[in-house]
Amino acid sequence: MIDQTWAWLTDPASWTGTRGILAQSLAHLRYSFVALLVAAVVAVPVGLSVGHTGRGRWLAVNVAGSFRAIPSLGVLFIAVLLLLPRLRGELAFELPALLVLVLLAIPPILSGTYAGVQATDAAARDAARGMGMTGTQVLLQVEVPGAMPLVMSGLRAAMLQIIGTATIAAVVGLGGLGRFLIDGQASRDYAQMAGGAIVVAALALTVDLVLALAQRVVVSPGLTAAVRR
Amino acid sequence: MIAGVAWDTLGDLALRHLYLAGVPLLVGLLVSLPLGWLASRVRWLGSTVVAGTGLMYTIPSLALFILLPLVLGTRILDDTNVLVAMTIYTVALLTRTVADGVGSVPAHVRQAATAMGYGELRRVVAVDLPLAIPVIAAGLRVAAVSNVSIVSVAALIGVSQFGSLFTDGFNRNAMGPIVVGTLACVVLALLLDALIALVARGLTPWLRRGVPS
Repeated sequence: MIDQTWAWLTDPASWTGTRGILAQSLAHLRYSFVALLVAAVVAVPVGLSVGHTGRGRWLAVNVAGSFRAIPSLGVLFIAVLLLLPRLRGELAFELPALLVLVLLAIPPILSGTYAGVQATDAAARDAARGMGMTGTQVLLQVEVPGAMPLVMSGLRAAMLQIIGTATIAAVVGLGGLGRFLIDGQASRDYAQMAGGAIVVAALALTVDLVLALAQRVVVSPGLTAAVRR
Repeated sequence: MIAGVAWDTLGDLALRHLYLAGVPLLVGLLVSLPLGWLASRVRWLGSTVVAGTGLMYTIPSLALFILLPLVLGTRILDDTNVLVAMTIYTVALLTRTVADGVGSVPAHVRQAATAMGYGELRRVVAVDLPLAIPVIAAGLRVAAVSNVSIVSVAALIGVSQFGSLFTDGFNRNAMGPIVVGTLACVVLALLLDALIALVARGLTPWLRRGVPS
């Protein structure tokens, strides 16, 4: 089995073409980043506002926590069955899948952002107010930088969730690396399935690594020094 | 029958789901306790173990279910693949939690235990671990809930549990079984969550007695 998987992975024909590993990796990355971006555009402002004002805290805590219990495969199938008859063409398969990916990514980003603002040093916040900063200035200059470590870990958790679930979404026709897992199973081609699984795992690890590096760049050195102490 | 699903079927799937999500939870806890304790004691080992187990968590579940037969030499439909994958995820989540929990025990408490003549091992078992229960239980609840949710993905490779209702309903274009399966997953997750919270409460009576000031 291992030999066949290796043969599939090293066969140039597996990599090229519109259905090859390279093209599907790019498609997988494209869906994933679009979903992450949309989720972040929704969740980060809400998280910042909840953290800054303290209003709607029960929502951020409870909704984000209980979301974990909802099986994404079930939600995906429900979304497809509901939306499929109402949409046309390629969009009919892509939109429900993307919608589910966005919904899954919102809770970790929301709770990360909220918890990040909450975790900002109260003394730093008071000092900023004492210096005469307005609420908006405190938010943008103190709370946002202070929240960055947890915002980033929320984004990383969301991205891993998205990459994994995008794999599953191949069942409902979404492109990307999940195709190798699902099509391989349909044609009883285990080498293709296992090879695809290796590529997905490598992609997830790489993306997480890149986001970890980004985290180093966007988190203020003052904060990391404080953590290391 | 409920929404096209026989009660018998639902009961069977519930037992399968509980088995596939629950056994890895217990095994994962047993592995994480010594691992997390070691990680909290030896600093370089701690960062390596936490980073290593965290790395395992990045692998998407469907990919892990498919890859494990390659590593273990099992058949793709074997329950072992799912059990091992879920144990890996549980250990990945819990090792850090146990390390944090043990690390949260106040230094003066440790010193008092040592001063009373507790040896290293006895102190860990009788003082450190009990005091870390709230933190460990919180991590275990997260692991339980996410295990129940992740296990449903195994339906895609043909391992039966509540997730089978998803694939079955989707193939027949029937919404009923999918909704029943989704709700069943959520209910099972919440029940396990409540059970762990109750056990943790029972194991930490000092938290409710109130601390004399």
